[in-house]
Amino acid sequence: MRKTFVEKVFSNKSGKDVRAGAIVSVEPDYVMSHDNAAAISGTFKKIGVSRIKYPERVVIILDHEVPAPKESSAINHKEIRNFVKEQNIQNFFDINHGICHQIFTEQGFAMPGKLIVGSDSHTTTYGALGALSAGIGRSEVAAIWATGELWFSVPETIKIVINGIMPKYITPKDIALYIIGKIGSDGADYKAVEFSGDTINRMTVPERMVLSNMAAEMGAKCGYTPPDHNTFDYLRGRAKSEYESLYSDEDAVFSNIFKFNVEDVSPSVAKPHTVDNLASIKDVEGTKIDQALIGTCTNGRLEDLRAAAEVMEGKKVKVRTLIIPASRTVYKEAIKSGIIETLVDSGAIILNPGCGPCLGAHQGVMAPGEVTFSTANRNFKGRMGCRDAEIYLGSPVTVALAALTGEITDPRRES
Amino acid sequence: MNGKFEGKVWKYGDNINTDVIFPGKYTYQKMEPEEMAKHALEDLDPEFVSKVSEGDILVAGKNFGMGSSREQAAIAIKYAGINVIIARSFSRIYFRNAINAGMPAIIAPDAVDAIKEGDKVIVDMENGKIITPKGEFTFPSYPATVMNILKKGGLINFIKANI
Ligand code: SF4
Repeated sequence: MRKTFVEKVFSNKSGKDVRAGAIVSVEPDYVMSHDNAAAISGTFKKIGVSRIKYPERVVIILDHEVPAPKESSAINHKEIRNFVKEQNIQNFFDINHGICHQIFTEQGFAMPGKLIVGSDSHTTTYGALGALSAGIGRSEVAAIWATGELWFSVPETIKIVINGIMPKYITPKDIALYIIGKIGSDGADYKAVEFSGDTINRMTVPERMVLSNMAAEMGAKCGYTPPDHNTFDYLRGRAKSEYESLYSDEDAVFSNIFKFNVEDVSPSVAKPHTVDNLASIKDVEGTKIDQALIGTCTNGRLEDLRAAAEVMEGKKVKVRTLIIPASRTVYKEAIKSGIIETLVDSGAIILNPGCGPCLGAHQGVMAPGEVTFSTANRNFKGRMGCRDAEIYLGSPVTVALAALTGEITDPRRES
Repeated sequence: MNGKFEGKVWKYGDNINTDVIFPGKYTYQKMEPEEMAKHALEDLDPEFVSKVSEGDILVAGKNFGMGSSREQAAIAIKYAGINVIIARSFSRIYFRNAINAGMPAIIAPDAVDAIKEGDKVIVDMENGKIITPKGEFTFPSYPATVMNILKKGGLINFIKANI
């Protein structure tokens, strides 16, 4: 046998016995797109096919610029709605749902053993559910709409083993930033990543989603976690179809194995302007911030908002603080459990579920010289709409605390 | 793609990300490729677009195109006049986007070390050779699937021809 997870998925899909290095043409189970579906529909029409080959495999979720901040975005959305109607696409989620990766997962499209692609680099997120999920380009989505299939090269796999009990104030985000700092933003270029170890085994699905989401920032094609009882519990009553869990063989060949002990991880911060520009919080303590952002597909889930609320309860923010629940479901649960009230009382602004300022299109764009401390996954120059602004990345705990003090602060010192 | 490219080199460093190649704020604005080209490398080198000429060659360090899946980052560079990119390595999605846009992305670390900005360089696709002022370098040829897409000028043309 001696096959990795990805080799098994591509072998199943292609009906051949393939290994890393092979190129295959296969049919993905789902193909996700978001606001870029308008541009993709334009490319699709140029191919000259009138109907999408498998409309039931198409998922479109509007989230990047919602509600439309300007006329051009509104036109974009309108074109998508028309196209969805024309092609009879059932899996369409309009602007009132939330961030694509959260909705895709909540709705049960992300399942073990499936091959899922999306025109968004953080499509890697569904690896947390045991899927092989990878980001692709827009033309590639158009090609799949037209023909149902796409070429892939079967990647080698890197195993990332994480062991140990998570110390207080350490979250999956700190672990992800730490690993990226160690292996670099090209540490997994062209490779599949498989997460394992006892720390991972103890993580919930939402926690694993943080790691799989951040796998994109290591350059990985996908960030797979072997499905277990946590995965199956999450999928009960949610999975869109039957699924088959696939696992790497014991003797599968990994191109590299990295081992980390979570007890070595301190609250981690990525400094401007790359995600692998890792700092321990001690080194950046005292950095003044102008804006705090808690949300995005990385850290906008209920557990993240709860962690922020616990820090901010009964206190007032010193800087503008933006909170974005990742989905309407998360939003509702956060209202029910009093989290939203706590955050609003502290002076935070609650934005509608969506990508918000993460990509610099609207809602919290920065001015030159300003600093945002964010729970997002990227801090590239210009990412939040201003080339001369700076973005630091951290966990919901460290960002919430900085919102209160106005500067990056070590949560271990405050307690 | 006629198999050979000859052009003048523009050289950049490591980890050039998609946000500086094609800023996120434009990604959901509808643009024709010619319009995208006006923003190529805008946040890395604002002068690039006025300096570059048709047929020039882009040379970069490791992990070129890391970050977003935005295809405009490949299309903008191609329509700005670049026919081929040589780098120490590419990010996975950028590599695919370049090929699918009909623009060869060539991994050749030795050649990158030897090439200086402003050099005249020849890339011979069929024979996997890069000819620089400092000598010749080889690169592994693409698998047939990839070569066929490049020969048709990109994925969409390839599919049109095969449907
Ligand atoms: S929240 Fe940010 S990283 Fe996530 S899908 Fe939206 S724009 Fe991309």
